[in-house]
Amino acid sequence: MSLNAAAPRPFSTRLSTYLYLRPHLVLALLLTPPLLWLGVIYLGSLFALLAQSFFSIDYFTGKVLHQPTLATYAELLKPSNLDVIGRTVAMAAVVTVLCALIAFPLGYYMARFAGPKTKMILYLAVTLPLWSSYLVRVYAWRLILSREGVITWVFKSLGIESVLGWLLALPVVGGPSLTASYLGTGLVFVYIWLPYMILPVQAALERVPRSLVEASADLGARPRATFRHVLLPLAVPGVAAGSIFTFSLTLGDYIIPGLVGGGRPFIGQVVLEHQGAGGNIPLAAAFAVVPILIMAVYLSLMKRLGAFHAL
Amino acid sequence: MRSDNRFRASWGLKAAATFGVLFLNLPLAFIVLYAFTTDDRSFSFPPPGYTLQWFAVAWNREDVWQALFLSLRVASLATMGAIVLGTLAAAALYRFRFFGKEGLTLLILLPIALPGIVTGISLRSAFALAEVPFSFLTIVLGHATFCMVVVYNNVIARLRRSSPAMIEASMDLGADSFQTFRHVILPNIATALLAGGMLAFALSFDEIIVTTFTAGQQTTLPIWILNELLRPRQRPVANVVAVFVIAATFLPIIAAYYLTRDTQEVAGSGK
Repeated sequence: MSLNAAAPRPFSTRLSTYLYLRPHLVLALLLTPPLLWLGVIYLGSLFALLAQSFFSIDYFTGKVLHQPTLATYAELLKPSNLDVIGRTVAMAAVVTVLCALIAFPLGYYMARFAGPKTKMILYLAVTLPLWSSYLVRVYAWRLILSREGVITWVFKSLGIESVLGWLLALPVVGGPSLTASYLGTGLVFVYIWLPYMILPVQAALERVPRSLVEASADLGARPRATFRHVLLPLAVPGVAAGSIFTFSLTLGDYIIPGLVGGGRPFIGQVVLEHQGAGGNIPLAAAFAVVPILIMAVYLSLMKRLGAFHAL
Repeated sequence: MRSDNRFRASWGLKAAATFGVLFLNLPLAFIVLYAFTTDDRSFSFPPPGYTLQWFAVAWNREDVWQALFLSLRVASLATMGAIVLGTLAAAALYRFRFFGKEGLTLLILLPIALPGIVTGISLRSAFALAEVPFSFLTIVLGHATFCMVVVYNNVIARLRRSSPAMIEASMDLGADSFQTFRHVILPNIATALLAGGMLAFALSFDEIIVTTFTAGQQTTLPIWILNELLRPRQRPVANVVAVFVIAATFLPIIAAYYLTRDTQEVAGSGK
């Protein structure tokens, strides 16, 4: 039996050889479907959004006028709309700070103290809420915060109802009940976005090589000083990375403030309100451009803190 | 002053970490508790009594079943699309260097980096401009866009970990590209594909932010829950449905965790 090079090879082999010699063709074949999808459907939609924001609405007929104008942006800058934007940004900032404060100890413990088994359990305890149903988790807080719910019950059982009353009587953040106050909104936001902060913080702290901590100790630093001057600065990129998520997600959310909130709208709610049949799609689009611009500024700030390397 | 401080967390740190874990997980327990309450008007705590009757009531609700089936159909189709597109993107970005690679990576991550409402209203604007009527497919379109990222993340993480030498060895031994893909690459990335697919499914199954903008009059399970939250008609049924959704999303998540356990960059590194 001799090796016969001239014998016809199976088609698949010839095709394989053909492709092997043409890597650019392979690249094109691989990239075309996802690129078409993202480029046409996703980017196309983003441009559609941008285009809509430069249209305006005829208030008499309710029809969208397809002529470029800045009128919709002028409407966006009315004081009442600026109020909405200010309220949303303030909430996003507070939520981000609170998330960082709660996430840091847990991330720190997971990264540097927990044994392998505890760590696995903690990891699951953080990721399960992250991936499980967003809506159901908001729902849980409706149960917990309601007037007859468990929070009121705890305060009553401890005999400190007056503390709850005092909290709800606070100006701005208070309200008739926890489900109808910004206290409640903030609490639910912090709860829902917390895992997004924990994971990058934990990852950033875990990447700190042990030798750095040892070197700091060898040079005479007490654990507290090591924490303050070695670990804390190295955790900053992690916190910055987490803050991108907490900030961005709070900016765009419309479900939470609608279900648990003080009644005055956030950006997301205004967008939702204007997108329906009787609404004002150009104004909704202009409102949706606001979080994109804020996030562009925020991302460039966080990039300086090294957030992109900790993502 | 010990260099190995692994076993010495201060009391305060332990307390703060415990608080974090409880804060994250305790609220879900209340959902389960309330599914058994006899109280059908308010959310009183502690529940006045316990019953199983709401499970039977929910079982017989036609609207719940319809919403469930729509959600399952959407999630299945969106997951399949996401697996194909995400794997192709991962393969291209892993194997090749080309002009605009950084930009493309950013583009793939964009649907999860921008707030969901931006994706939602963008698609809504595009449908309005192109006069596309809302349908089952408009929901799938939105879901596949952000589910793709999840599959991409999982697959590219696995590809980066696997050794290129294996592929070269396979080719040296005379296998062509298709055989190498079938017998070397596919078994290697199979669990990552499965994990990515399951996470994509879980993500699509309970997505609400984008869905509101692309569903029109259709009701997926999350939209059903949202309607029930906004205009409560039968609270106990909603409680039961919520328990079901928790159970339905927990299983794929835990499975995905076990499938990618050996990987460092696992699923949670970006939703």
